[in-house]
Amino acid sequence: MKKLIVLLVVALFAMTAAAQNVQINGAGATFPFPIYSKWFSEYNKLHPNALINYQSIGSGGGIRQLSAGTVFFGATDGPMTNEQITAAGFRILHLPTVLGGVVPVYNIPDVNAELRFTGKTLADIFLGRITKWNDAAIKATNPNVNLPNLDITVAHRSDGSGTSYIWCDYLSKVSPDYRKTVGVATAVNWPVGVGGKGNEGVAGLVKQTPGSIGYVELIYAIQNKISYGSVQNAVGEFIRASTETVSNAAAVAAKQMPKDFRVSITNAPGKNVYPISSFTWLLVQQSPSDRTRSAIMKDFVKWALTTGQKFAPELGYAPLPAEVVALELQALNTVK
Amino acid sequence: MTRRSSDDRFFRLATGAVAALVLLIVIGIGFELTRQSTMSIRKFGFSFWTGTTWDPVSGDFGARPFIWGTLYSSVLALLLAAPVALGIAIYISELSPRMLRQPLAYLTELLAAIPSIVYGLWGVFVLVPIIRKLELATPDFLKKIPLFKGPPLGVGMLAAAVILAIMVVPFTSSVAREILKNVPSAQREAAYALGATRWEAIKVAVGYGKSGIIGAIMLGFGRALGETMAVTMVIGNNPQVSASLYAPQYTMSAVIANEFTEAADELYLHALIEIGLLLFIITIGVNMISRLLIWSMKARANRKAISMPMLADEAVPA
Repeated sequence: MKKLIVLLVVALFAMTAAAQNVQINGAGATFPFPIYSKWFSEYNKLHPNALINYQSIGSGGGIRQLSAGTVFFGATDGPMTNEQITAAGFRILHLPTVLGGVVPVYNIPDVNAELRFTGKTLADIFLGRITKWNDAAIKATNPNVNLPNLDITVAHRSDGSGTSYIWCDYLSKVSPDYRKTVGVATAVNWPVGVGGKGNEGVAGLVKQTPGSIGYVELIYAIQNKISYGSVQNAVGEFIRASTETVSNAAAVAAKQMPKDFRVSITNAPGKNVYPISSFTWLLVQQSPSDRTRSAIMKDFVKWALTTGQKFAPELGYAPLPAEVVALELQALNTVK
Repeated sequence: MTRRSSDDRFFRLATGAVAALVLLIVIGIGFELTRQSTMSIRKFGFSFWTGTTWDPVSGDFGARPFIWGTLYSSVLALLLAAPVALGIAIYISELSPRMLRQPLAYLTELLAAIPSIVYGLWGVFVLVPIIRKLELATPDFLKKIPLFKGPPLGVGMLAAAVILAIMVVPFTSSVAREILKNVPSAQREAAYALGATRWEAIKVAVGYGKSGIIGAIMLGFGRALGETMAVTMVIGNNPQVSASLYAPQYTMSAVIANEFTEAADELYLHALIEIGLLLFIITIGVNMISRLLIWSMKARANRKAISMPMLADEAVPA
């Protein structure tokens, strides 16, 4: 028993010694969690003293906790609004880290072809205006597919999520009616359909309900080998989502990148661009009082934007195009 | 002698403090929920209870579809679960061979130990497809009744009610079983002495424990009201007030679980917490009503049988 106590005391001392390591806490979006945890563990291998701890509690939670000062950095799938930034009371830098795409998935019995959708068709389906699979609008872009006279069941996310944000952001850009009646947010007032929790919830609903259509993250569709439709982009091409076509969207956006990187890149103009693409952002304090942590954070972000990008495709994320990385490294230099 | 009495006093104080803690926690929860939902309470007032729109984009919040979904699914679950639970309790305590009693009781209680996410998964993969088949097989004349209107999605109120019922059964049946076990054997013997059949004797025993059995059912109701995970996975999560069993609907606890993490807007957050407050109030209300029900039944029973002063009291769970 005594031995055990001695051992415990020794262990305790060892732990306090190890506490010289700098621990940085962050919280936020769930969508980039797989790549962030990969990055943090890889970065930790290179810098054993830097322990970055990330809780994927959701974008909203990340923004709240960063504003309240409970975490050192945040992460979000939708940029902070001006009111949120004012409410935080200190300067926050948005830094895009990787890109994701959202794809339409569907289940029509006896139809195995890859369907093509225009943005307007998708908006009308999600507004409940197109209710049958053999509607003229769907037939027009899929002339060779034998579409059945089947009711459409819309499946959407029931939990607040960045995926819904990107989906609604795109539909709002291509359909003024969608903007007016639904709008853009992580959770909206859906006019029709059933809600599933998480990507797996939506995918499950679609898989099980004949005649259903939903949307999931590209990564999720790739990893689970779910077939998905292509979507018409701003220049009229029907594009199938891939890490490459999603990255292209960012390259187009880089030409008119606003200084604070708070930009929506859905429906970006340009060839071979997948229109339902988006950045995901790290939220970094511009001039925190804790300079030690800030220096490590800066170094980490620099590493993630350059060397770290190579981990993106294998995890299903689209890497940042070089133009965007260059702009971000400049912005990162202003962090104190 | 003094030492003992001081021990006594200390013991009384310590247990009293723990009991007071429970009260404090309840008051604290109520206070905190109110404090953190002031924005929404001020803005919507009572219309929060009656409003049917839930629109985080425009900041317009009404909780009626969620209140409806919670109460409707729980009541349906109760209607499904109560007869089954009572049947199980009667079989185990009155009819089953002695050898089977323990294993059966254990198995029903095992149902209560399964995490609700597992029920949810089972619901999604097994129950929902079965319910969709049932819905597809609905005869046309039934489809005209509001209860069976709507497309056959599988997910919806019916799936939620069935899942809830299964989850509630072990709670209700184990309490009901305890109550039947505690019915004095004199009751049954008296019934037999009067020439009652077995069925009639069971009726006497159930009648004797009536208030306790109602309590057991209400316990299940309370459980159904708060259940979140399994329900949100099968109910379809569409906030609408509909009598249809086939329609996707939504519950209060489900919307909190679903939307809380991503709610960054202040008013949105307050509205979600106010939903929590409503659920808190409704749960307390339901508990109070069931208490009142039990008290009034006991009082009536006592009045009816003054010659048996112990009547009903013993059979009520603590």
